[in-house]
Amino acid sequence: MVSLPNTSAQSDVALHSSSEKRGADRAYRPFSDALYRTFITTCASVIPALLILLAIVIIVAAWPAIITARSEILVGSNWDVSHNHFGALPALVGTVASSFIALVLATPLALGCAILCAELAPRWLRSPVAYLIDLLAAIPSVVYGLWGLFVVVPFMRETFMPFVQQTLKLGSIPIFAGAPYGPSLLAASVVLAIMILPYIASVSREVLSAVPQSQREAALALGATRWEMVRDAVLPFARSGLVGGVMLGLGRALGETMAVAMVIGNRNAIPGSLFDPAYTVASLLANEFVEASTALHVSALMAVAGALLLVTVLVNALARWLVLRTQHVASAE
Amino acid sequence: MSDIVPTEPTAKINQPVLARTIAVRRRSGSMMIVLIYVASALALLPLILILGHIVVRGFSALSAGFFIHLPAPAGVSGGGMANGIGGTMLLIGIASLVSLPIGLGAGLFLVERRGSRLANIVRFLADVLNGLPSIVLGVVAWELLVRPVGHFSALAGGLTLGVLMIPLVTRATEEMVRLVPVALSEAALALGFSEFRTAFVVVVRTALPGIITGALVAMARIAGETAPLLFTALGNAYWSWDLSKPIAALPLQVYAFALSPYDDWRAQAWTGALVLVLIVLVIGLLSRVAVRSRQRLSGAATVSGSSRV
Amino acid sequence: MSKGSHAVDFRAENIVATFGKRTAVDDVSLLCAAGAVTAIIGPSGCGKSTLLRCFNRLHERVPGARVSGRAFIAGDDIYSSTANVVTLRRRIGMVFQRATPFPTMTVYENVASGIRPGTPGSARGAVRDSVERALRRAALWDDVRDRLNASALSLSGGQQQRLCIARALATEPQVLLLDEPTASLDPLSTQRIEELVYDLRRDVTVIIVTHNLQQAARVSDRTAFMLNGKVVEMSDTGTLFTTPCDSRTEAYVTGRFG
Repeated sequence: MVSLPNTSAQSDVALHSSSEKRGADRAYRPFSDALYRTFITTCASVIPALLILLAIVIIVAAWPAIITARSEILVGSNWDVSHNHFGALPALVGTVASSFIALVLATPLALGCAILCAELAPRWLRSPVAYLIDLLAAIPSVVYGLWGLFVVVPFMRETFMPFVQQTLKLGSIPIFAGAPYGPSLLAASVVLAIMILPYIASVSREVLSAVPQSQREAALALGATRWEMVRDAVLPFARSGLVGGVMLGLGRALGETMAVAMVIGNRNAIPGSLFDPAYTVASLLANEFVEASTALHVSALMAVAGALLLVTVLVNALARWLVLRTQHVASAE
Repeated sequence: MSDIVPTEPTAKINQPVLARTIAVRRRSGSMMIVLIYVASALALLPLILILGHIVVRGFSALSAGFFIHLPAPAGVSGGGMANGIGGTMLLIGIASLVSLPIGLGAGLFLVERRGSRLANIVRFLADVLNGLPSIVLGVVAWELLVRPVGHFSALAGGLTLGVLMIPLVTRATEEMVRLVPVALSEAALALGFSEFRTAFVVVVRTALPGIITGALVAMARIAGETAPLLFTALGNAYWSWDLSKPIAALPLQVYAFALSPYDDWRAQAWTGALVLVLIVLVIGLLSRVAVRSRQRLSGAATVSGSSRV
Repeated sequence: MSKGSHAVDFRAENIVATFGKRTAVDDVSLLCAAGAVTAIIGPSGCGKSTLLRCFNRLHERVPGARVSGRAFIAGDDIYSSTANVVTLRRRIGMVFQRATPFPTMTVYENVASGIRPGTPGSARGAVRDSVERALRRAALWDDVRDRLNASALSLSGGQQQRLCIARALATEPQVLLLDEPTASLDPLSTQRIEELVYDLRRDVTVIIVTHNLQQAARVSDRTAFMLNGKVVEMSDTGTLFTTPCDSRTEAYVTGRFG
């Protein structure tokens, strides 16, 4: 069978190629076809249009605050609405800190799950585990917040924090200092970790599955053990995709609102320790937006939202690109 | 022929040493595998904890009244989240009305123009849109839909959820339509079908079970969204079907009740969470069943496009 | 176009078909006479399927594919700038190598799917007659007369292929293109289809692509031998198989290659 050059596999041939317009543009087509093509193109363009609209609205709405407060929004720590001070640094710090701690907690577990599902587990185990991971992802954010508020926070307050501070006598170390209220950076990070774990796990699982079988077989043929095959043949190949998966988790953590707002303590100051209450951009928006009093207040909130949007878009775009890269390399094998 | 005379053995195979090395590698490999199993178990542990808590605590306030009654005044026992459930359904309805046609069209576009630069860009942007913080969407929706008219509304909430749904429906449509063999659409075209008719009467109709499943999954995901509703639908303590007024939604009520100081409300927050999780669970299970039965259907008719000679 | 339309000539003129840089059909001209079955044979990769797909303008749907030249059905150029591709495809039916019944439709609906309102045979009541006639011509009526409302997938492989033939015949085409229609079928189904092809010749011009030399010999009146995108030789079937002019033809039909 002759293979076709420069075209994707025949089963992937576009249903209705645009070349019919270019190459054989010498035919009359029924009106419904033009209607159909217009319909699908319009629908598809809604997506980029929405993103552009989003960007425009935020920039326009945030503009007054940006020219008034300038860099104070990003580096100032004083968020005092009545005096028109809009330093959002505590919220930014809290967002970044909680997300990164969540990443550190979630990534090893998520990768373990992904490796299990993609490589090591017996066939009958893979589907149920994958299903359970998907279930974790499907639980609504507010439910995580509820659980965090009534289970994790009391656990922190009554068990974990006293344990660390008194039993382990680590209370003098700055990172573990502070009165154990319960709602804290740590609590939020833990809940976030559980929430982003399934995203990292499922993307990683897909990336690992895309690694060509030839890589594994080559390693096994050379006498590698099961684990060595994974470590030396599969993981390096999938490396950028795995990093992409982790970044996707980061992207989700940065934007997470409800669960975080319910367990982080909502104190608009930079946390000194893991046990201190903190703030994130998302919870700042959730708490203050509805009752924002002045136009400048709203504008400042918009500016902060814009910063969050920008960072999230960049992280997500980079993450997707990394994942795509691995898949392209894999399919070119 | 070159004469290679080794002056000394290049690889002296020392059997005991080699055996030991293999044993060490096997042992450390097994340890890593055990570690991975442990990590996975730890990963799934929270799921069990969360589901356990929800079921146990949610059950206590679960009653018929929960689904029928409005929220009772603060501190008064009884009442339910009926308006939240109804509100969520209305919001999902509005969101679906907006997102299903657009998602279907966009998904078809991605398949029709597969491989083209434009399609790749649209697909990429759909993923980006999917990953945006939903609260940012809520803020923008407020600016566009609430501020100009001066009041919160169910319509604004529904539209925002609709925007959230679009990338989900698009991807689901694309994946399901891709599964339809090219030969089927070629057969339709060869019969003199227009592209329009081919797409809808043959392709979409064949992929329909999968598309519906994808749409249901998207709806289930939207049902639990809270952040975008905070500034659009706002919430409502009473029944309301007025699109221009604030409306209650189940996740909003769970949020509000959870933060309240009243035990009754807190208990009902757990029940609300239970209902939300049940919706998600049931739809997830249904979608897996539907996937399996569709595979059986298409397996009988599988006609893989053959390479043209 | 009346029922039982008499077959017409189909003539291809200087067809060149390419996939990107690769030329699959290299300046082919041939005439398929009315009321006859024309077979196109040749080794894998010679371009015979591609040529066939040029005859109903399917080839150009592949991204990167181009086609030039002309093809006439009863004197109408299907590649003219005013040609209506959709109506043309109703006059030129096609059956593919693997049966492709529409899985969500019943047997009846499949056959009726090509019959459009406004065309002859589409008036109320007439549709049912058209469906029955098409199924009879496809030698399938007796098998399915009691299960017209069954899913098309409930038929066997050979029956599904005959269903596709009936579906194509329901639009009363003047030309029928068959692309290796029995390649994936058992011998009994193959025989039934060959018989019905033979019976169709009276009112449909049949062009059949096949890699099965015996089938070409059994079924066709005229045969064209293709190699590397060109028609090497075309003549009456008997002559081509017994006394071919070109040595390459002889090598192929005697089984020395392909």
